[in-house]
Amino acid sequence: MATSTTRMLTGNKAMAEAIAQEMERDERVFVLGEDVGVYGGIFGSTEGLYARFGPGRVRDTPISETGFIGAAIGAAAEGMRPIAELMFVDFHGVCMDQIYNHMAKIHYMSGGQVKLPMVLMTAVGGGYNDAAQHSQTLYASFAHLPGMKVVAPSTPYDLKGMMISAIRDDNPVVFMFHKSLQGLGWMTQLDASVGHVPQAPYTVPLGKAKVVREGTDVTIVAIQMMTHAALEAAQRLEADGVSAEVVDLRSLVPLDKETILNSVRKTHRLLVVDEDYRSYGMSAEVAAVAAEEALHDLDAPIRRLAVPDVPIPYSRPLEQFVIPNAQHVYEAVIGLVRQ
Amino acid sequence: MYETMVKIRYYEESMVQAYAEGKQPVFNIGAGPVPGEMHLAAGQEPAAVGICAHLRREDTVTAPHRPHHHAIAKGVDLRWMTAEIFGKETGLGKGKGGHMHLFDPAVKFSCGGIVAAGVPHAVGAALAAQMQGKDWVAVAFIGEGAANAGAFHEALNLAALWKLPVIVVIEDNAYGISVPKQASTAVASNDLRASAYGIPGTRVADNDVVAMYTASEQAVKRARAGEGPSIIEIETYRYLGHFQGDPELYRDKAEVPALRERDPIDRLQAHLTENGVSASVLEELAARARAEVDDAYRFARDSAYPPAEAALADVFDA
Repeated sequence: MATSTTRMLTGNKAMAEAIAQEMERDERVFVLGEDVGVYGGIFGSTEGLYARFGPGRVRDTPISETGFIGAAIGAAAEGMRPIAELMFVDFHGVCMDQIYNHMAKIHYMSGGQVKLPMVLMTAVGGGYNDAAQHSQTLYASFAHLPGMKVVAPSTPYDLKGMMISAIRDDNPVVFMFHKSLQGLGWMTQLDASVGHVPQAPYTVPLGKAKVVREGTDVTIVAIQMMTHAALEAAQRLEADGVSAEVVDLRSLVPLDKETILNSVRKTHRLLVVDEDYRSYGMSAEVAAVAAEEALHDLDAPIRRLAVPDVPIPYSRPLEQFVIPNAQHVYEAVIGLVRQ
Repeated sequence: MYETMVKIRYYEESMVQAYAEGKQPVFNIGAGPVPGEMHLAAGQEPAAVGICAHLRREDTVTAPHRPHHHAIAKGVDLRWMTAEIFGKETGLGKGKGGHMHLFDPAVKFSCGGIVAAGVPHAVGAALAAQMQGKDWVAVAFIGEGAANAGAFHEALNLAALWKLPVIVVIEDNAYGISVPKQASTAVASNDLRASAYGIPGTRVADNDVVAMYTASEQAVKRARAGEGPSIIEIETYRYLGHFQGDPELYRDKAEVPALRERDPIDRLQAHLTENGVSASVLEELAARARAEVDDAYRFARDSAYPPAEAALADVFDA
């Protein structure tokens, strides 16, 4: 039996390692947020940092998102490189003014004079019956507002590489990590939450999508957890003689239109899968990009699969019904290729 | 301080004139050389001048939507600031910010149009100073209406918790747009709110710049020494409406003329004269201030508008 030299990490450890390595490299980098210290982050994204860097650089804050996200903005304007954690993206309502009126706009309003090199990381996603106030993805709510980069990595490898890129970026970056991909003991264990992560620091570029599976009959553009649903569906489709290409969007802003369009021009069919609400969301954005720039390459109407426009329900069968899964993706593709 | 007070007053009076251009006979907010809303601070000079006299270039100031007096007192470049207000490409933000969104990183000044939002930013600047081991301070100016907003409380709680070098200056001009202070809070004096965070609070009565200077000296010393934040509330007066064009139906017509009887610049002038400063020296300072303002307005008017496509730049740092 061959000895594997490939190091495997969970999503949360990949994130925490990225932050630790950047804190080591650059003393301006620090972390603040609720329970990021001793607890290590409710979703483990700052695990081990407190013990290593102490309370000065890994700061537990009171429950006051407006206050500490605003403070991160003020510190970033002074040349620091803060990483603030908004524990659940669902809580953005209590601090959205700081995010979209200040974090996103100060660079522009100052004519480019003020840089805000900060990361706002936040947990997204459902699938564990936490209901309407703790299960949203809200990708589009942030992607819609100009002035901040928005990323949603789907593997431990990308979590590390994109976190390092986000910290080094001179712009504000909203880093949305999926709870189910953190590999936490108190959630359903998914194979996707563990993956190969090199020890040495590396970057994964922001604004670049990735073709994670090559195919010829249909393009499935997916975001974060939906990438894994799409990959599973693609495997089953293969048995039916359907070759699906899967594009993991990874970055919502800037959007990598080129990778989407190249794929659509090759396969001539497009399905977009999103764990966010259907209306006015990322699935509409990707569909519009394809319609505007590759309509004549399409052999069938574009399809979208997303959460129907209802808050995320609590009860298990209800939640499983609204969040797209591999079966839903499989059925949607079958419908698309038989058209 | 006298020169700065005169500069601010003359700047705002000049702005009254410039803003009115092209808006008559029908008042159209977007018309004329200075478009958009305009919030002027004539009468409120002591709040900004009294504390900024203690500040250095590397100290941070955040200001609200009525920011000209703070900007001038902090030493923001007057030409570039005025050009920004005129929407010109030579402006601080290349014409993208305007009068409520002035940013001058060279003197660490910023302001914004969302009430109380600058308080957390000052706290962050103070945190950066503390983490870097600098004795820099951050001052957040807000109106008395902002003391009722969540951001104020969250930010002060953090500042007190982490003993940050922050001073929040509350300008009590008695009105939040049209709503008088007593109709928006049951707290008579906002400096009393300091006790909620375990920090000192002071109230400066009667728009007195000398008293503001003295109260600020204590607060700035305390902050620089690493002893934490404080609140200063100053009773001040807004001679003009909340914005230019405000019909001011909410206040008695006799109120402003009565306030002007106790004008803070006149009082400072009297104070200086009593202390032996000659009239010619004061006139020289005033003339220099006015010349600087006139030069800034000329610069702004003579500057070009940015090309329209410039609107697409500066969303991200390349």
